[in-house]
Amino acid sequence: MKKSGVRISRSDSAFAAIVYLLAAISIIIIIYPLYFIIIASVSEPSAVSNGKVWLFPHGFTTDGYKALLQYSAIWLGYRNTIFYAAAGTAWALAVNIPAAYALSRKDLPFRMPLNFYYLFVMFFSGGLIPTYLVVKDLGLFDTWLVMIVPFSVSIYNVIVARTFFSTSIPADLLDAAQIDGCGNLRFFFSIVLPLSKAIISVLALWTAVGIWNSYFNALIYLQDKAKMPMQIILRNILITNQMTSAMGTGEAAQVALRQANLIRYAAIIASTAPIMCFYPFVQKHFNQGVMIGAVKG
Amino acid sequence: MSKASSNARTARFFHRLRASTGLYLLLLPSFILVLIFAYRPMYGVVIAFKDFKPALGIAQSPWAQPLIKHFLKFFNTYQFSLTLKNTLALSFYSLLAGFPFPIAVALAINQMRAKKFQLFYQTVSYLPHFISTVVMVGLIILWLSPGNGLIGQLYGIFNAKAPNLMGMKSAFSSVYVWSDIWQHTGWNSIIYFAALSSIDPTLYEAATVDGASRWQKIRYIDLPLLMSTAMILLILSAGNIMNVAFEKVFLMQNQANLSASEVISTYVYKTGITQTQYSYSAAVNFFNTLCNLSLLIAVNQVSKRLSNNSLW
Repeated sequence: MKKSGVRISRSDSAFAAIVYLLAAISIIIIIYPLYFIIIASVSEPSAVSNGKVWLFPHGFTTDGYKALLQYSAIWLGYRNTIFYAAAGTAWALAVNIPAAYALSRKDLPFRMPLNFYYLFVMFFSGGLIPTYLVVKDLGLFDTWLVMIVPFSVSIYNVIVARTFFSTSIPADLLDAAQIDGCGNLRFFFSIVLPLSKAIISVLALWTAVGIWNSYFNALIYLQDKAKMPMQIILRNILITNQMTSAMGTGEAAQVALRQANLIRYAAIIASTAPIMCFYPFVQKHFNQGVMIGAVKG
Repeated sequence: MSKASSNARTARFFHRLRASTGLYLLLLPSFILVLIFAYRPMYGVVIAFKDFKPALGIAQSPWAQPLIKHFLKFFNTYQFSLTLKNTLALSFYSLLAGFPFPIAVALAINQMRAKKFQLFYQTVSYLPHFISTVVMVGLIILWLSPGNGLIGQLYGIFNAKAPNLMGMKSAFSSVYVWSDIWQHTGWNSIIYFAALSSIDPTLYEAATVDGASRWQKIRYIDLPLLMSTAMILLILSAGNIMNVAFEKVFLMQNQANLSASEVISTYVYKTGITQTQYSYSAAVNFFNTLCNLSLLIAVNQVSKRLSNNSLW
């Protein structure tokens, strides 16, 4: 080792050790509860309630998953969610990205009032019932369109993309294109978009995860069981039925409760695994997005 | 002369407007959506001052007598002080307890010299953020179920019987806040980590030459630089003090904890959507929005005075 003028002091290595120790503890706090769900989902329910499931599954069983396969509502919900996530993400990008670009252009006439027009709705809204009445008036209540179109403008995402455009599309590029007679639309579609894959993929991921996980719009605006997204079905399995199945005492009720919990573990894993497995591969993009937004929030 | 130049300016402006047609086309879809689904409901707020009848529509429905009838009704119910108290308590608890953790995590990540471990740590700590609210509440219920869950095991080590936290109204706010901290601390640290990575490395080098320890570098370089980020985030969350996340509170509610878990947003939902008292619910909601807006403006003003950090 080359010895520089400055030695690494003993207190600094102690400090580093403490940082790593705390990091290790917090990793256990994050991972273990999730790991517990995984091993509980394949363990005998009575072993779970007797506290035998600790580090490894006990009395291996796949009954929870088998019961879940029989539960057709959740697979219908799964299908609906995939559709809402795919269509909703495509639509949201088609709406938000062009808006962000237009707002990023310094030469846009009425730029200030337009920015205000978009920002204002972040701080003031008509509220639940007035919005609900608008959706009803337009005949969008209980249609699949309500899950995709009305609430697709995300002001936060527009701001992030606007920041990206104004910092990473050089002004010279626009000047050169304009001298060559290239119009705004063509410039956007054939020059700006290809240069913006990073921000497009970030917003696509954010939007898709958001739709995958959301249940509020479905709770308010949907009634038809066949249109319900997965999160609504999950709510029935995980939370609403919790109260009813916990009622009653005695051995039979206890067994039923344990069986129901087994299905719950399996449902949590089946619904969350896609995102959890996919996420580490795209993590870098997610962070970049936050960083772009942080430059000038 | 001056008329000619003003004519020329007008002509230039119209030329610029025409040249920007493409940009306006790009803006149009989002402009219309915001108009219909954000601004039109703002007009709909007038139903808070009317006796709204769906058959008559907003314009034809009669004005409430007196105009603030629904507001007065809300102020006179026992739910007013209950929901207001619960909303504020939950918000301030979240804000205060949740505030230091992301900063600490960002500082710690920034201190990790082993890059592979740093990446691993980031991946793990961001992971819970992607769990949906429904699943999160499902997890909370399963973990805290005294007979089957993690908590039963934990108490089992000490041969004690676990309490049923989900059934205790005194435990509601802590369960809500600490599960939130568990889920979002890692993710919320990203913005601070981004601020830390933008610090000029020569500052650290100079500090090293001066014999500063790692702790001193955090104390005198990192923390002061994080303060402005923290201030902006604090202002933004002040504007949301009254907007306790509806989704999570609503899902965590049960008969046993209702007196601690009924907040304004869940009350708006129940009176509006479930009981269809449209005008009343809109009034409660509007009251909430006004409180939020004034809090945001007030905190922003204070912050502008004290630290020069401001949203506008």
